[in-house]
Amino acid sequence: MENFIWPLIGGILIGLSSTTMLAGIGRITGISGIFSGLLRAPKKENLWQLTFILGLLAGGVLMILMRPELFNYAGGLNKTQAIIAGLLVGFGTRLGSGCTSGHGVCGLPRLSERSLVATLVFIGFGVLTVFIRKMVWGL
Amino acid sequence: MGIVVSFVSGVIFAVGLVLSGMTNPHVVTGFLNIFGDWNAALVFVMAGAVITNLITFNIIKRRSKPWFNHKFFLPTLKHVDKKLVLGSAIFGIGWGVLGVCPGPGIVNLVTGDATLILFVIAMIVGMLIFKFIFEGKKA
Repeated sequence: MENFIWPLIGGILIGLSSTTMLAGIGRITGISGIFSGLLRAPKKENLWQLTFILGLLAGGVLMILMRPELFNYAGGLNKTQAIIAGLLVGFGTRLGSGCTSGHGVCGLPRLSERSLVATLVFIGFGVLTVFIRKMVWGL
Repeated sequence: MGIVVSFVSGVIFAVGLVLSGMTNPHVVTGFLNIFGDWNAALVFVMAGAVITNLITFNIIKRRSKPWFNHKFFLPTLKHVDKKLVLGSAIFGIGWGVLGVCPGPGIVNLVTGDATLILFVIAMIVGMLIFKFIFEGKKA
């Protein structure tokens, strides 16, 4: 039970968050797109992007204060992997117009063919990469 | 009001990510590790989010406009193209290298962990490289 109940609850919260974004301000919750919006010259009509990201950080602060044990993985990660991963994630999500949230969480329920293809491709390449990574870094 | 909606949505999204385990790179890597000790958590997160949105997005679609905006902003591209597939593949590789995608990456800044911060800096650089190549120098 424990193994899937929290992922399911978390998933529903993520769904409700993106529902609120669409119903409230008519926006798709694509985090890579929202975040990259902050790299442009700021405009008043794009202020929602900044407040969404600030909300993400505020939610993170709230959780780390309430449930610090959920963040116990920090400290054990490889810096070289982090740099390679960040470059690829940043470039790839812009070229592919979205990430797990925009294509997965929002695109699949909109029955978007583009998002279905994108989701299958990034999961497929993620699986392949972890397989190779096990041989190179031993995970 | 729109900015309050996006801030609150950001908070809920982050809480969902942390509770579901998606901010933990080991849980995500465990999901992508289908040839090893597979962790199914991400399936339940996606199912929770996608099923919620399948229901709510259909209800929202019946409205002519969102509560606090003059129109809906939905993706206009409809066809699968090379950029979508290539970008998603690159993103998938990056996702597999560390087990972090943009949403969890941003939330993880609150840990103050140097490696996780490095991931976000590299992600910004990746996005800027895309901007430089595809949108010219007008950053």
